[in-house]
Amino acid sequence: MTDEAVPHAASQTSPTKAIDLRALYAETDIGSLLTELDLELVGLAPVKRRIREIASLLLVTRARERMGFSSAPPTLHMAFTGNPGTGKTTVALRMAGILQRLGYVRKGHLVCVTRDDLVGQYIGHTAPKTKEVLKRAMGGVLFIDEAYYLYRPENEKDYGQEAIEILLQVMENQRDDLTVILAGYGARMNTFFESNPGFRSRIAHHIDFPDYDDEELLLIAEKIAATAQYQLSESAREALREYIVRRRQQPNFANARSLRNAFDRARLRQAMRLVNHEGAVGVDELTTLEASDIRASRVFG
Amino acid sequence: MRVTQGTFSFLPDLTDEQIRKQIEYSLSKGWALGVEYTDDPHPRNTYWEMWGQPMFDLRDAAGVTQEVRACREHHPECYIRINAFDSERNFETVRLSFIVQRPTIEPGFRLERTEAAGRNVRYTLHAYATDRPHGRRYGGRET
Repeated sequence: MTDEAVPHAASQTSPTKAIDLRALYAETDIGSLLTELDLELVGLAPVKRRIREIASLLLVTRARERMGFSSAPPTLHMAFTGNPGTGKTTVALRMAGILQRLGYVRKGHLVCVTRDDLVGQYIGHTAPKTKEVLKRAMGGVLFIDEAYYLYRPENEKDYGQEAIEILLQVMENQRDDLTVILAGYGARMNTFFESNPGFRSRIAHHIDFPDYDDEELLLIAEKIAATAQYQLSESAREALREYIVRRRQQPNFANARSLRNAFDRARLRQAMRLVNHEGAVGVDELTTLEASDIRASRVFG
Repeated sequence: MRVTQGTFSFLPDLTDEQIRKQIEYSLSKGWALGVEYTDDPHPRNTYWEMWGQPMFDLRDAAGVTQEVRACREHHPECYIRINAFDSERNFETVRLSFIVQRPTIEPGFRLERTEAAGRNVRYTLHAYATDRPHGRRYGGRET
C-alpha cells in the first residue's frame, strides 16, 4: 500500500512540464472581458492592443509561477493620457476587472479621486487624508484623475507634494495591495512627470488615448442612444454627422462626452416636440430622434 | 494573569492570518473597523485610546492590518483591540471586538478589601500594572 502511494505523491509535487496557456486563459475568463471591451468601446485600437499585451504578460507571469520560476510581481501602475472624453475612466474600470480576474488585485474595485480627495487644506491634514483614500483603494485600483494638479510648482508650500510622497511610498512598498492609475491630458501629464521623476520610474505602462474620428463618434452616439433605448432616424444620423464636424471646430470639444451631452439635449428637444404635438404619440415617435431635434443645436447657428 | 475580553476571549491569541480573516469577514458585513489600545487592563476600562479614526468604506483587509501593524510598532507593550461597528438601524453598536496584541508580561490583579461601616467589606480589583504611571507600565518600554 505505502509503496504505491509514494510515487503518486512524488509525481504530484514535481513541477509541471508544460502549461496550456489557452487553458489558463479560459480558466481566468479574461477572454470574455476583453471581448466585452472590444464590443463596448469604439475605436481606441492602440489602447486595446496595450491592454491585451498587459493581460498576456500577467498570464505568462502566472504560468511561470506555476512552473516554479521566480516571479517578482510585475509593476502594474499605469498612466493614461489623452484628451477629454476619450474613455480613460471607462478603461480604468475595465482594467480593475481584468486585474482582478488575473488575481493581481484582490477585490477589483475602482476608487476615483482627484486632487481634492488627497490634498488637505492645512498643515497635517494631507497625510491622514491621503492615507485614508489609499486604505479605501487597497485590494483594488486607485484612479487619480487630472493627476498633474497634485503638483503645483508655483507654490512652494503646496501640500500636494506631501500627497505625492505618500503615494510614491505606497506605490513602491505595497505593490500587491493596490494598483495606481494616473490620468490626465497629454501635454500637462508630461510636464508633471518631468518635474516628478519618481513617478515616471514607478509607472511601467504609459497608455495614450487617441482622439476619435468622425465615424467612431457617430458610432458612439448611436450606442449611447441605443443604451437609453432611443434610435436615430436616417435624416437625424445625417444631421449628427454634420454636427460632429461642426462641433469639432468649436472650443471645449470633449470627444464622446460632447456627444453624450448633445444626445441629452436632443432628448430634451424631442420631449418638447412631442408634448406640443397634436394627437396620439406612438412607440416610434417616443423612441426616435429626428433631424430637427439635432439641427436646433446652437452648433448649427 | 492573561486578560481576556471580547468575542474570542476563550480562544488562544489569534494569529495574523486569523486576524486578517476576521477583518475580511467584518468588511464583508459592511462594518466599520477601528483600532484601539490601552495600558490599563482593568475590566471596567471600557473606552480605550483610538489609534487614528475608525475606517469606513474599506474593501480589503490590507488597510486595517496596516494600521494594526503601525499601532503595534508604536505601542509594543500595550493591549490592542479591533472593534467592528455595525451602523445598521437597530444594531448601531459594536458587533465584533477582539484583542490583537497583549503585553509580554501581565502581572495581574490583587483584591483589595476596604472595611466600611457596620463591618461591611468592599472589594476592589487593583491592577499591579497601574501602580506605575501611564506610559511606563509593562516594562516601561514607552516613554
